[in-house]
Amino acid sequence: MKELEKLTYFPGCTLKDTARDFEISGMAVMEALGYELAELDRWNCCGTVFSLTDDDLMHQVAPVRDMIRAQESGSQEIVTLCSMCYATLKRASLFVNGNQERLDKLNAFMNKEVDYEGKVNVYHLLEILRDRVGWERIEERMTNSLEGLSVASFYGCTLLRPKEIAIDDTDAPTVLEDLTKSLWATPIHYAYSVECCGAYQVVDNRDVIIERTHRILSNARKAGADVVITSCPLCHYNLSDMQKELVRTVPDYEEMPIIYFTQLMALAFDVETGKIPAPLKAKLKRVQTVKGEG
Amino acid sequence: MTKTKQPTAEEEMALLELPMEDIVDKIEELSGQNVFDCYQCGMCSAGCPMADQMDLMPNQILHALQVKDPRAITANSMWICASCYSCQVRCPKEVDLAKVMEAMRQIYLRKRLDHVSLDGLSHREIRRLPQIAVVASFRKKTG
Repeated sequence: MKELEKLTYFPGCTLKDTARDFEISGMAVMEALGYELAELDRWNCCGTVFSLTDDDLMHQVAPVRDMIRAQESGSQEIVTLCSMCYATLKRASLFVNGNQERLDKLNAFMNKEVDYEGKVNVYHLLEILRDRVGWERIEERMTNSLEGLSVASFYGCTLLRPKEIAIDDTDAPTVLEDLTKSLWATPIHYAYSVECCGAYQVVDNRDVIIERTHRILSNARKAGADVVITSCPLCHYNLSDMQKELVRTVPDYEEMPIIYFTQLMALAFDVETGKIPAPLKAKLKRVQTVKGEG
Repeated sequence: MTKTKQPTAEEEMALLELPMEDIVDKIEELSGQNVFDCYQCGMCSAGCPMADQMDLMPNQILHALQVKDPRAITANSMWICASCYSCQVRCPKEVDLAKVMEAMRQIYLRKRLDHVSLDGLSHREIRRLPQIAVVASFRKKTG
């Protein structure tokens, strides 16, 4: 059997807990494509949000330590699945790589660590799929076409903004739609695909997030979506959990299934998907039956 | 989740112990942004998904800072901003407004004036919320 190509994988806290399905399906689809997501040894929380004040080097210590772990493993790159981890690590790498003064200060502070040399690059898995694997190989690997399924992509913020870390066009990205097409599903275009879901404001402004979820998902539904895919565990939580409130309070509200893009791939590859919401299972069954009859 | 007790605008200014001129200087220093770069086109507020929740919209915050109006720092806007960066990608003058909002939060947080408190978070919420939500909220709203 052909040996798997290793990618230095940074999971982050949430993929080990509330977003287990993201990791399970991510590992399964990458293995099917010939890659191993090799977990970074002794990784720590990236800090979740990038520190935005110019004088605050302290909050760069956590992400830089992860880059040291990658450097120790002999790798010059880190691959993430979680969009928030991607943004924090990527911005931290841009903040320190090539800036000797900042590197010197941080290295002096972390005096028990080996010095960080400033050479680690950070990638999101979607970049690997687009730029290294390629849509054609993904289409070839598909065993279970998703023809007949309409998919709305929810990019959220951190894959696309700020512009210096954007993995695609900030206003009109196509990477998730291209992935959808490679699995023979139909990408749906709607108004809110690159908007913010409200993020961590859910902790103390829950009502605002419920309202935003309603607006985002009603628009996707109106545009004809059967399912919404995302790459951010916080978007996933906000959009799916707030729906419980909508189901209770909004007359005739129909639940929209929210899954990770890796779960969509896993469905098409027929590998381990993690938990798939019941309304999507039912829809897939209908799609398969129609195809069988055709 | 409970917010910490919210003081009035006058009380907030007294707590900060700084005249508005110095606060604006501090905001520019912390954020690395020049608030006078903004010429009030309003693109930031047009694209801001949270503008309707804010006492002052993003462009109004910058205007208030330009004229040293204390409402910039006593409005709820900085606590509503989720650093989604919709404003930054659209700003024709390349003002990083998310950094300005962060600097305003830091003015409070560095004086140990937290905006949220863990006390009100129930066990159920802690179990259900993704770690990235809790860590991000406390990184942004506590010192």
